[in-house]
Amino acid sequence: MKTLRYPGAEAVQGKGWLVAHKWLLVRRFSQLSILTVFMLGPWFGLWIVKGNLNASLTLDTLPLTDPYVLLQSLFAGHLPETAAIIGAVIILVFYLLVSGRVYCSWVCPVNMITDLAHWLRERLGIKSASNISKNTRYWLLAVTLLLAFAVSNIAWETVNPVSMMHRGLIFSMGMAWIVLLAVFVFDFIISRRGWCSHLCPVGAFYSLLGTHSPLRIRADARAQCNDCMDCFMVCPEQQVIRPALKGAEKGIGPVITSPNCTNCGRCIDVCSKQVFHFGLRFNNSTDDTAENNKHENKHPINEHTNQATEAEVL
Amino acid sequence: MLSQQTSSRIPASVSRRRFLVSGARTAGVAALIGLGVGLYSRQSVSLSAEALRPPGALIEKDFNSACVRCGLCVRDCPFDTLSLAKLGGPATLGTPYFTAREIPCEMCDDIPCVKACPTGALDHSLEEIDNARMGLAVLLDEETCLNFKGLRCDVCYRICPAIDQAITLEHVSNVRTGKHAMFIPTIHSEHCTGCGKCEYGCVLEEAAIKVLPLRLAKGELGQHYRWGWEEKEKTGHSLVSPDIEHKYNLPEGQRYDYEGEGLIFDERDRESSKGRSDETPFASDPLETLNRSMEESP
Repeated sequence: MKTLRYPGAEAVQGKGWLVAHKWLLVRRFSQLSILTVFMLGPWFGLWIVKGNLNASLTLDTLPLTDPYVLLQSLFAGHLPETAAIIGAVIILVFYLLVSGRVYCSWVCPVNMITDLAHWLRERLGIKSASNISKNTRYWLLAVTLLLAFAVSNIAWETVNPVSMMHRGLIFSMGMAWIVLLAVFVFDFIISRRGWCSHLCPVGAFYSLLGTHSPLRIRADARAQCNDCMDCFMVCPEQQVIRPALKGAEKGIGPVITSPNCTNCGRCIDVCSKQVFHFGLRFNNSTDDTAENNKHENKHPINEHTNQATEAEVL
Repeated sequence: MLSQQTSSRIPASVSRRRFLVSGARTAGVAALIGLGVGLYSRQSVSLSAEALRPPGALIEKDFNSACVRCGLCVRDCPFDTLSLAKLGGPATLGTPYFTAREIPCEMCDDIPCVKACPTGALDHSLEEIDNARMGLAVLLDEETCLNFKGLRCDVCYRICPAIDQAITLEHVSNVRTGKHAMFIPTIHSEHCTGCGKCEYGCVLEEAAIKVLPLRLAKGELGQHYRWGWEEKEKTGHSLVSPDIEHKYNLPEGQRYDYEGEGLIFDERDRESSKGRSDETPFASDPLETLNRSMEESP
């Protein structure tokens, strides 16, 4: 087993702390500034945005609606007014382009809780793992839609930690912090990346939006990979990296095509070999990396040991 | 996905079984969570009687399927009347409500809360705030209502935005004093919007008049009920035919007109009674009665 060390330590040494945390910082800035824009109204009377992530109105003109909530509303038997539909279409188009789970890592406030839980978990070396399948979220997504139909109520909204947190911060928290604490404890002690990567049906919905999104992370310089495993350590959806990073011999292109990738960009940060970068999903052929093949000799990939290390970490 | 390596080691039937079992387990977990959420959501839709929905709100069942819990109605309410239900609050989590005793609805003419609603959970066809039915005022406690004690509190009546329509004061004789009237606040559902001002204004420690959701406050006639007098007016004759005239069994020479005239003495009878009237100790003129008694006394 590897000794405990910071994922990204090498990257910090090589690139400097700031560059090695670039996307993390930009992402936190995005999450916090979206939250702040929502809070400016209730706190300072500066009403740039009203409402919350479920539906909002920006500058009294631009309506935005969470398409997942609206879909549940449809299943529950309500045909919404045009404002909500326009808002949902705008959001749909946006996430179809940038990949749906950008919502998870760049917007959703719960991500800050679960990231904190994960960070603490890694620091304290907690290895407990539950057997929850990553597909549970898709089942849960289906269940929430069926439930809405069955009980004529947007039932998921009665328990959804995502809207509970956002609404709680902007309107009033009430007892919702208990649910958020539960999510934190679940991710911290019970299951690695338990909530966001296994259960949350909101993330599942948005991942479906990202199936064909052009904006993707590419591992174009995958030949330079030195198998340090740092990207696997930090990635909230570890399974998405492997095909792109290690698929050269199997004829798999360098683009991380899985819609479960949240485009958080943390792998770009922690990689000391500059393997990853943001790019488009097009030109996803193995030929593109041919020019990098010469590096392969410097870092020969021993498939066997690589698999073993990975299994240990997982 | 299984790599070639593993599939060569494990027989296909075993890997298929494994796949089915893990799939079933995943579905089972999701179904269990779904069941819990479903039961909880059914539990939590029960709206407390103190919680009133904003104007134009669809009926509760439709409201819960239409409202996306965004709070835009809350933001556009100029009087901070509305709030979003918290976890364990009096309404479904995240849905808007107000408590009349705390801040009642001020019934804005332009109804900004309805305009703000992006989904139509607050019905955009509501254009006159007077047509809103947020609830119905009910004078719940006649034992403490000051007007029922014969006092002229009248606050609920005076504060009502639809004064003399939604709340009227009906005069009833005050049996306690024997000579005064009681002004009983009486609510008329065809005009009451359920804004809650009456409940807000009630001077008692605990309001005697309260606005309740319509489902609690309003009775409903059976579909087959007909009011005889209304039907008679519509058709021109009684629905029960033949309309038998009621027998009063009055003494001879007397009749009763039930449409306002009261007891009627026939002419012949009245003449004979006139003769007898002199014999009574009371004359029709009170002054004469007094004089008569003065004469009689020694």
